[in-house]
Parts: sequence; structure tokens; C-alpha cells
Amino acid sequence: MGSDDVTDTFGAGFLVRWLAAVAEDVDREADRLTELDSAIGDADHGANLKRGFAAVTEVLGKEPPPSPGAVLTAAGRQLISTVGGASGPLYGTLLRRAGKTLGEDAEVTRERLAEALGAGVAAVSQLGGAQVGDKTMLDALVPAVEGLRSSYEAARAAAEEGALATVPLQARKGRASYLGERSIGHQDPGATSSALLFAALAETAGAEGVA
Amino acid sequence: MSASLVGIVLVSHSAAVAAAVAELARGLAGGGDLAPVLPAGGTPDGGLGTSSELICEAAKAVDRGAGVALLVDLGSAVLTVKALLAEGDELPEGSRLVDAPFVEGAVAALVTASAGGDLDAVAAAASEAYAYRKE
Repeated sequence: MGSDDVTDTFGAGFLVRWLAAVAEDVDREADRLTELDSAIGDADHGANLKRGFAAVTEVLGKEPPPSPGAVLTAAGRQLISTVGGASGPLYGTLLRRAGKTLGEDAEVTRERLAEALGAGVAAVSQLGGAQVGDKTMLDALVPAVEGLRSSYEAARAAAEEGALATVPLQARKGRASYLGERSIGHQDPGATSSALLFAALAETAGAEGVA
Repeated sequence: MSASLVGIVLVSHSAAVAAAVAELARGLAGGGDLAPVLPAGGTPDGGLGTSSELICEAAKAVDRGAGVALLVDLGSAVLTVKALLAEGDELPEGSRLVDAPFVEGAVAALVTASAGGDLDAVAAAASEAYAYRKE
């Protein structure tokens, strides 16, 4: 499709290309994610996500799923099985629950994706028992999903802002919470990688003329 | 082995810890036939962490149709098992995350499962281990 045509629906291919863009961004930013994680975590966030999204790209490339929902479900399953630590189950749950929410529709809209990712975010919150303000990925995900109801760009900006807003917070969940007040002053690695997801989504939508 | 015993999986960040706790539970659970219990510790390459692959393999291997009790040590082991239970079909029907201290719970679970207790009884016995005070 030409970039001057704008469409408001997309199919499975769009989400496959989004996740491939996530894999590229994670690969490029892996050192930064690991650096953030070495300050307040166990210094494996970059390497873990790099491995996970590389595996996602490989699986989706081998056998492209038939629907947007199936793409996210397959990606989530792959993340849970290849990424150790907490980020595998959390990101895996995000995508898998979103995929299940989309069901088998062949074409979906941005609004539907926002709704599905919203269900995914709620599942992540339930799984980890975290809320906004706990200095976790939710600090980027919750505003991003809200922004996605307006536009891909709004989602990107809100996620980025949410990630930056974790700097002054004290961690109340995850490995960083063991550090108490010493977690203050560092940007949360999970919120940072969550922001990458929405940056890649905005890039992919922009490149393909999806609004 | 009776066809109706509950299976037990011990999930730890460390392969050595999971294996040793399984051995300890077997050693303390008394004579006679024991319920199936398997460790699922560490990552597939032998590092520290949790692996859904190892957890699912162990759960399938101990499943006798009466349910599988999964005991976990901490942090991401809890998240991994919860994620598998909540979202997927990788674990056998009747798998349950048991809220229990890892070592004491493993012993209590194996004793109860080996005596023919059902999944509720096994989970309750393991959880009860929290009430055992050491001082």
C-alpha cells in the first residue's frame, strides 16, 4: 500500500511487522536496558528481551498466524517459554491476553487493539499485583493504552512520558523493591522496554499509513 | 503406583535446590509407594532462573489424572506458574499453584499425596506448613 493511502484497519501482517520492529528496537537498545537493570535489578533485562523477541520473530516468520489475535497469542506464548525471569511471564501475559481478546477477526482497528491491550494490561497488573506508581512496566503501559484510543503517536508519547516518570519513584514491586529508597533516581527498565513496544507500533503504523 | 495419586512439581530458581528438596521430601515421606514428585529448577542451560519449558515437562510427567500441585520458591517462579495457569493450556488439567513454604510444603504435600489425598487435601497440607513456627 502507498504511504499516502490511510487505512484504519489492519490484519495479521501488520502485527507481525510491529513485533519484528520491536525485536529490532530491543536489539538496538539491549545494552541500555541492561544498564538500567544493573542499577536496580539483576542486569539481564536487555539480554532476556532480546532473546525473547528474536524467538517471536522467528516463530511468526516460520508460520504466519491467520489473524491479528493469533499473532499476539503465539507471540505471548513464545515469550513465556523463552524469556526467564519476570519479564517473560509479564510480557507474555500482556500479548496473550490481548490476542485472546481480539479473537479470530481477520481485520481489526486501532480502537480494538487498544481495548485488547487494555485487557492485557489488566492481566499483567493482576499477575504481578502491581499498580501505576509502583515503578514497573505498568507506568508506561497504562497511559500508552489510554493514548492508543486517540492515536498511535499519542500512545508512543504517553508511554515515553510514563517511562520517564518512573525515575523519581521508589519501587514497590519486583527485584528493585528490595532496594527500597535506593531505587529512587533510576528509570525503570520494564517501563523503558514497554515504551519501546509503543514506539515500534507508532513507527510501523506511520510507515504503513495505518491510522 | 496407583492411578489416582496427585503429582507434585517443585519449582525453584536453582536446579540443585529443586532436586535436593525433591530428594529430601522422598526421604522424609516414609516407606511404601510415593506419589510422583519431580524437580523443575533453573533454566534449560543450567543457570539460575525459571523455565516454563522445564515446569511443563515435569507437570506432564507427574500427571496421573488426579491433578498436579506446583510448589514454587519465589519471585518469577510464582509469576511463571501463574502465567501458565492463567493464560495457557500447557499445564495438565487440574494443575494448581500451591501457596506454601517450599521445603516444608514439599514434604507435607508428598506425604499427603502418597497417602492418597486429593488435590485439595494436598494443597491444604502444604499450606498448613506456614503455621509451623520455629520459635
